[in-house]
Amino acid sequence: MFRPLLALLRRDLTLALRRPQDALTVVGFFVVVVALFPLGIGPDPEFLRSLAPGVLWVAALLAVMLSLERLFSDDYRDGTLEQLLLVPEPMGLLVLTKIFAHWLITGLPLVLISPLLAIQLNLRPDEIAILMLALLIGTPILSLIGAIGAALTLGLRGGGVLIALLILPLYAPPLILGAGAVDAVMHGSSAQAHLSLLGAMMVFALFATPWATAAAVRIMLD
Amino acid sequence: MADRDFRAVDLAAERGERLLFEKLEFRLSPGQLLQVSGRNGCGKTSLLRILAGLSRPTAGEVYWGDEPIRSVDGGTGTCLGYLGHQNALKEDMTAEENILIAGGLGGDRPERETVLAMLGSLGLAGYEDLPVRFLSQGQKRRVALARLLLQPRALLILDEPYAALDVQVIEVLRGAIEAHLARKGMIIITTHQAVDIDGDCRNLHLG
Amino acid sequence: MSERGIQWFRFTAPANFYDLAGRLIPWFAAVTVALFAVGLYLGLVVAPPDYQQGDSYRIIYIHVPTAWMGMFLYVLMAVYAAIGLIWRIKMADVMAKAIAPTGALFTFLSLWTGALWGRPTWGVYWVWDARLTSMLILLFLYLGYMALHAAIDDRQRASNASAVLAMVGVVNVPIIYFSVQWWNTLHQGASITVTDAPTMATIMFVTLMIMVLAAWMYSVTVVLARARVELLERERNARWVQERLEGGSK
Repeated sequence: MFRPLLALLRRDLTLALRRPQDALTVVGFFVVVVALFPLGIGPDPEFLRSLAPGVLWVAALLAVMLSLERLFSDDYRDGTLEQLLLVPEPMGLLVLTKIFAHWLITGLPLVLISPLLAIQLNLRPDEIAILMLALLIGTPILSLIGAIGAALTLGLRGGGVLIALLILPLYAPPLILGAGAVDAVMHGSSAQAHLSLLGAMMVFALFATPWATAAAVRIMLD
Repeated sequence: MADRDFRAVDLAAERGERLLFEKLEFRLSPGQLLQVSGRNGCGKTSLLRILAGLSRPTAGEVYWGDEPIRSVDGGTGTCLGYLGHQNALKEDMTAEENILIAGGLGGDRPERETVLAMLGSLGLAGYEDLPVRFLSQGQKRRVALARLLLQPRALLILDEPYAALDVQVIEVLRGAIEAHLARKGMIIITTHQAVDIDGDCRNLHLG
Repeated sequence: MSERGIQWFRFTAPANFYDLAGRLIPWFAAVTVALFAVGLYLGLVVAPPDYQQGDSYRIIYIHVPTAWMGMFLYVLMAVYAAIGLIWRIKMADVMAKAIAPTGALFTFLSLWTGALWGRPTWGVYWVWDARLTSMLILLFLYLGYMALHAAIDDRQRASNASAVLAMVGVVNVPIIYFSVQWWNTLHQGASITVTDAPTMATIMFVTLMIMVLAAWMYSVTVVLARARVELLERERNARWVQERLEGGSK
């Protein structure tokens, strides 16, 4: 039962490895956006520190959103998405596999590079640990929700901008919880409540969103 | 190969505001081929996509035996293979990889030798290890056909399979189609060329 | 078009709706005008000024009904969209699409009046209050729905795709509301919150309810009118449309 899913995962990862620039672009975007913030608001370390959770999270969220346009569009253009509908597996699981592969390629590198940017913004080690944990739980949520928008804009002119309008409002809860977790540690309280809620949200998204995405793919290919 | 009939009952489809066809009915039994003909824009591709369960008809239903095609046990893809206008090949992968992965996704990964033999018979010997983006249109089409023919499906739905193919390959394809029919498979095909196939052929004219 | 069963069903039901809505709209419009007139008279003239806020509080007679309608219409829109998607009922698609602009308008008005109210009350036009922020996100959800609908050429696909979006949105609205609420309490402590007047005089309450009812009737009127236009456009090739547009000359 899982062999087709493994085949799909391997295919997507292989393709990503053959074109590493796609994944690197996303990480590059993340780094550049964060680097621009001090230029806009001044170099005061304390001030930057207080803004760091929000800045890092908003930058990560935008990076994920930009990367999502590619999630289905390549498969849509060459016709492999159509063939996926004929694969004898539930479309929800196939979609989930693709999202997982996409997260490994784009989401995970963001988590891994985040400490470097956090140091630039003067976060302390314990805060960085929470930041990474929050991003580790949070970026899959962003990918899962964003996949719905990616599917709904398949084949549309100006799809990239439209994804932003459709998806960014839905990113409010993970943003609040994720940035809030780091903020809580900075103010000397525990991040546990934030992280638990974020975890609950990820479990919910994991079970609910792939079906919505699958429905959206079917509709857009209809 | 197939033990059930494939039926379309009272199908209607519209694109945009326009009614493409309505009250379309046919029944295809194992060993039969259906050629769909008609001028451009009369809804051939729409019909084939409906038959493959990829889009929903405005009215009517497609049946595999007694089951609606979109709710066949194990998924639509267990009973039919579909080749549309697009070749559904990954440009960054070789022909061989493309076929092996499609097999893996379909749940029955063919042997490497079988794949090479099939590619060879379609005149692609020596091109197996090249990323698909270096192949010509006709060659890509052949890889896609090889992929389809290697999936053991009872019903093959082919949208313009002859497009961009040269004469020798058309002959090979004809042989493959006849062999599939002889194995009690079913085929639905659209083409501009006259098909000269030995077997139980039906014609459906649209528009 | 032939006279087959399926087409009879598909084309006659919208025709019935079209005629019925056409007959009902003037009545709803009249009730709307009457309720607005009574409500505004009571609200602006009869009701006493608030003991703390003076006359500026009177904007709640617009602010509260628009906020309620904005939220309620989103849910209603999602319900219609779901019905249209799941049972493939075209009338439900038409209704969902017709509701969206009215819902967005009410949401926008509630933000606008909230800002106008905020100026005398808090000294600033905008505070990142939990309710205002939630309403702002709701407005974005409406805009996303309408943008997606407009971006897809094929009508059926547009309806289905935006239905998925509306359903995802409606599941998210409570999550967004509670997370924003939580965020707000964490960040603002006890500084500023929008609360209704703790004790509301009966006349104020009655006036408010009349204004809510007026907003309701307005929504019904406008949504029905928009649904009729949308129907004409969708079914412009159907015989019933041609019969009606020729003004019964046949």
